[in-house]
Formats: sequence, C-alpha cells, structure tokens
Amino acid sequence: MNPSQRPLSPHLQVYRPQWTSVLSILHRITGVVLSLGTLAVVWALVALAQGEAAWQQFTAVLDTGLGTLVASAFLLALFYHLLNGIRHLVWDTGRGLDLPSAFASGWAVVVGAIVLTAVVLGVVL
Amino acid sequence: MSLRHPLAKAINHGAAGDGVGHWWAQRLSALFLIGLTAWLVWALIANAGQSHAEIVVWLSQPFHAAMAGLFAVVALYHSRLGLQTIIEDYVHHRAAEVGLQVGVMVITVVAMAFAVLAVIQIALGAAS
Repeated sequence: MNPSQRPLSPHLQVYRPQWTSVLSILHRITGVVLSLGTLAVVWALVALAQGEAAWQQFTAVLDTGLGTLVASAFLLALFYHLLNGIRHLVWDTGRGLDLPSAFASGWAVVVGAIVLTAVVLGVVL
Repeated sequence: MSLRHPLAKAINHGAAGDGVGHWWAQRLSALFLIGLTAWLVWALIANAGQSHAEIVVWLSQPFHAAMAGLFAVVALYHSRLGLQTIIEDYVHHRAAEVGLQVGVMVITVVAMAFAVLAVIQIALGAAS
C-alpha cells in the first residue's frame, strides 16, 4: 500500500469520546450496517418472488438464534439511524444546535430507538 | 488587478466540486425514507407469522408493491451516497478507494435491478 500524503480526516482515537461524538459516529456505523440490512430486504423480496422453497430458506436463516439476533440488531440500527437522521435534518434547518438541545435530542434518539425496537420485536416475535 | 469577482474565480476550483448536489440528494432521499421506513415497519407487523402465499397476496396489492419497490430503490440509493462519503473520508489509497467506490456502485445497481424485478413479479401474480 502506498497511502497518499494528503491531509486525513480526524482520527477518532485521539479525541476523548463525548456523548455527541459517540452518537455521531454511531450514525455512520448504523448506516454501514443498514446498507447490509437493505441487501437482506432485497434477498427477502427475491425469495418471495422465487416461491415457497426459497422463502423457507430465508425464514430458516431468520429463525436461527443468530439470525434473530442479527435481525434484531438491524431493527435497532434502523430505528437509531431513522431518529438520528431526523435529528440531523432538524439541525440542517439551523435549529437545536446548542449544546443542551444536542444532548437532550441525543438522549431522545437513543431511548426512542430502544423503545421502538422493543415494541416491534414484541409484536413480531 | 483582475476585475473578476472572487466567487467566480473560486467556483469549480474547490476540493468538493459537486458537493452541494450530493448533500441535497442525501437529504431528500432521507426525507422520503422516513415515510418508506414507516411502511417497512407496517409490512413487518402486518406479515409477522404469515405464510408465503399470504405475504405474496398482501405484497401484490398495488400500494404495497409500489412501496416495496420504492423502499428498496431509495434505501439503496441513500446507502450508496453514505458509503461513498465514508470511503472518501477513510480510504486514502487511491486504487483501493476507486475499487471500493466502483464495487459499491455495482452492488447497488444490481440489487436495485433484483428488487424491482422481484416486486414486479409479485405484483403481477407471477410469484409461485
């Protein structure tokens, strides 16, 4: 590898983590996770279209302990990214950028994501 | 002394180039995904524990078929925009960066094609 000598983005590990910066990097991490989750949704659609046998293969993976755990993690990532994405869209209008508001909305996003995930899992499982 | 406005000199010479278009595309797709994600949760709850045949009937309704196709396409598009930025930020080896960008784009387009064709097949009642 021959990395270029151009300036780098700030390295995460040289900053002391703060509530707001942890939530910020979580938005990116959940985004990457959801990119894979969206491929799983595409897999589900294709399996549905292919017929009963393909669909049973898909649900068999989903019904294993690991499959259920991964699907639940996708759901938590989905609700976190959805709520924190709304938080970002509000920021884009110039509102809620002061520190107390940013901390409070951060808590609302985390609690909201956990509650929504628990509710959906409670209905679906 | 140049009479050209400083802004006219700066335009198209920044590091970002077409960043504003990317920014808008990401925000607009995010806005659409709020509604489409609500539909996805509805779909999950409505079809929990249902058989293959029952899910296919539910999904073949025009509204739900349209939402399924839109969710897949818009979510994949939004994913590609986000992954593009993450690769730009963290992958500093030029060849690796270009390879990853092309790979993500190819997977995105292929997944879009599969999703749309699957939804059309379901909507037309051709899913076995």
